[in-house]
Amino acid sequence: MLSYLLRRLVYGFATVLGVLLLLYVLFFLYAEPGDIARRALGEKAAPEAIAQWIRNHGYDRPAPRLLLDHYRRMLTFDFGRSDADDSPIALRLRRGLGPTLALTLPVFALGLLAATTLALFVAYFRDTYIDRAGVALCVLGMSVSILLYIIGGQFLIGKVLRWFPISGFDPSPAVVLRFLALPVLVGVAAGVGSDARFYRTVFVEESNRDYVRTARAKGCGDARIMVRHVLRNALIPLLTRAVMAIPLLFTGFILLESFFGIPGIGSLTVDAIQGNDFATLRAVVFLGSLLFVLAQILTDVAYTLVDPRVRLS
Amino acid sequence: MEAQVWVNGIVAGLLLGLALAAFRLRSNRLWRDAGRELWRRRRLALLVVTAFVAVALCDSIAWVGGGDSGGDDTLARHRPRSLLDRVFPAEFRERSYSAPLAGVEFYGGAPLDHPGMHLLGTDILGRDVLHLTLRGARVALLIGGLTSLIAIPLALLVGVSAGYFGGRLDDAVFFLMSVLASIPSLLLLITLVMVLGRGPVQVCIALGVTSWVAFARVLRGETLKLREQDYVQAARTLGVSELGIVWRHILPNLTHLVVIHFVLLFSGLVLAEAVLAWLGLGIDGSWGQMIDQARDELAREPVVWWNLAAASAALFSLILAFNLVGDAVRDILDPRTAAERS
Repeated sequence: MLSYLLRRLVYGFATVLGVLLLLYVLFFLYAEPGDIARRALGEKAAPEAIAQWIRNHGYDRPAPRLLLDHYRRMLTFDFGRSDADDSPIALRLRRGLGPTLALTLPVFALGLLAATTLALFVAYFRDTYIDRAGVALCVLGMSVSILLYIIGGQFLIGKVLRWFPISGFDPSPAVVLRFLALPVLVGVAAGVGSDARFYRTVFVEESNRDYVRTARAKGCGDARIMVRHVLRNALIPLLTRAVMAIPLLFTGFILLESFFGIPGIGSLTVDAIQGNDFATLRAVVFLGSLLFVLAQILTDVAYTLVDPRVRLS
Repeated sequence: MEAQVWVNGIVAGLLLGLALAAFRLRSNRLWRDAGRELWRRRRLALLVVTAFVAVALCDSIAWVGGGDSGGDDTLARHRPRSLLDRVFPAEFRERSYSAPLAGVEFYGGAPLDHPGMHLLGTDILGRDVLHLTLRGARVALLIGGLTSLIAIPLALLVGVSAGYFGGRLDDAVFFLMSVLASIPSLLLLITLVMVLGRGPVQVCIALGVTSWVAFARVLRGETLKLREQDYVQAARTLGVSELGIVWRHILPNLTHLVVIHFVLLFSGLVLAEAVLAWLGLGIDGSWGQMIDQARDELAREPVVWWNLAAASAALFSLILAFNLVGDAVRDILDPRTAAERS
C-alpha cells in the first residue's frame, strides 16, 4: 500500500514536471517575447520600451536559464508579477481562492447529490415510462450549452422572478448565500443531465447482478435494495466519474465567476485572457493540473476505502 | 477574405470525403445493415443533420459577381457571395434592431428598407438574423469536421502504434497522454489559442490537441486486445509484415470505434467552441459568438430576444440531433451494448 502510494506520487510528480515542460515549450519557445510585449504594451509601443519590458519580465534570459528558472519558480509557487499590470500573481491567486472555493465546492457536492438522486430514482423505475422520460430529459439537458444556462438562469431568476441578485459578491457570511445561490443553481443544472444519465447506466447494470436477486429473495424491499446494495456497489464508477469531471468544474467556475461577478480565480483567468497576461495564465494552468493530479491519486486511495476487494499494488 | 476562400475549400472537401467514406462502407453488408437500422431509429435526427450539412454546403459554394450584387458599392461587387447569400436579396440590411417581421425599427420606429421581410428580425448592426444563423452552420461543421480530421488520425497513429508495438514506445506515449490529460481541458484550450493566435484553423488545432487523448486511450486498449487474437497470431506465423497486420487486421476492426467517436466528439467540439467564443477566443460567425454578442440584449428594455433565441435554437437542435444519432450509433455498432439489448 505504502509503496504503491509512493510510486503513484512519484509518477504524479513526473506528470506535473511534464506539464511544466509543455508550458515552457508553449510560452517560452513558441511565443515570441517581442510579441508578448507588444500585446501587453500595445501595437505602437516604442522598440526601447519593448526591450525594457522584455528585460523586466525576464524573457531575455538564455534558454537553459529560462527553463531552470521556470521550474524553480513554479515548484516553489513563486509566480512573479503579471505580464499585464505588474501585480504579484501569488497574492491575487490567494485572494481569489476563497470565493472560488465558496462557489466550486457547493457546485461539486450538490451536483453529485442531485445527479445521484435523480439517477437512483430513474433506475428504480427502469423500463417504464418514467425511466424513458427521465433519460430523454437528461439528453435534452446535456444538449443545451452552458452559456444558455447562465443567460437563462440570470434572466429568469434574477430579472423576471427577482429571487436573487443578478450578479455581485460580498464575502460577509450574512449575505454571501444570496449572491452564491444563483451561480450554484446554474452550475448544478448545467452538469446534472449528462451525469445523471451516466449514473443511471451504472445503476441499471448493477441491478441485474446476482446479489440483487438474492437480496430480493430474502425479502428486501426495492427501495432498500437501490440504496443499500446497488448504490454501494456502484460507488467506484461513481467516484471515478466525479473526479474525471473536475476539469469540467474548471469550465464552470471560469464562466460562472466572470458572468456573475465573483472575484475568484476564474475571473482572474478571464482577465488574463483579455489582458494577454501569459504569466498569470501559466500559474493558473500549473495549479489546475497540480490539483487534478492530486485528486486522481486521492481517488485511487479512496477506492480501497469504498471497496475492500481493491488492493493497491 | 483569403481565409474565407480556403475555409470553404476545407468544408467542401470534408463533405466530399465523408460521402466517399460512406459510399465505401456501403459496399459491406454489415455496415449497410447498421445504416438501415440507424435510419429506422433516428430518422428525424438524421434529417436535421442533413439539413444543416446542406445549408453549410450551400454556404461553401461562392463566386464573385452575377445578379444584382449590391448597388454602387464597388467593394460589395467584388466580394464572393455564396449560394446561401444569393437566396437573400442584395443589400438585405437595416440600420439597427428590428423585431421579427416588423415594419419599423425596434427603437425609434423609423420605417425599414425591407418592412416585414426579416423573418427573425435584425441585429444591432441591422443584419438579418436568419441569414446570420444559417451561416453559422458552416462554421459549426468546420469546427467539428476539421478538428476531427486533426484529432482522429493523430489518435489512430499514436494509440495503435503504442498498443501494437508496446515497450518503450508505449511508456512514452502513456506518459505524454497523462501529461495532456492532467491539464483541465478548458485551460489547455485557452492556453493553446492564446499562444497559437486567434483564427479558425488555430482554434481547430487547439480543439484537436485537447480531444485526441481520450480517443487514443480507447484505441490503445482495443489494440492491446486485438493483438492477442488468434487471427492476428495466425497472420504473424504466416509471415505477414507488422505493418501489413496493422493495416489488414487491426485497423478494420477499429472502424466502428472511429465512427462512434466521430459522432460523439462532434457535439462536444461545437459546445467547446461556444465556450471559447464566450471568452472572446472563438471563430467569427459561430453561434457561440452570436450568443456572446447577444448576452447583454436581455438586459435591455424592452428585451431584444430574437438574436439569442435564433442562435441558441440552432446550436441546440444541431447538438441534440448529434447526441441522438451518436447514442444510436453506439448502440448499433458496439458489440457490448448490442449483446445487452438482445
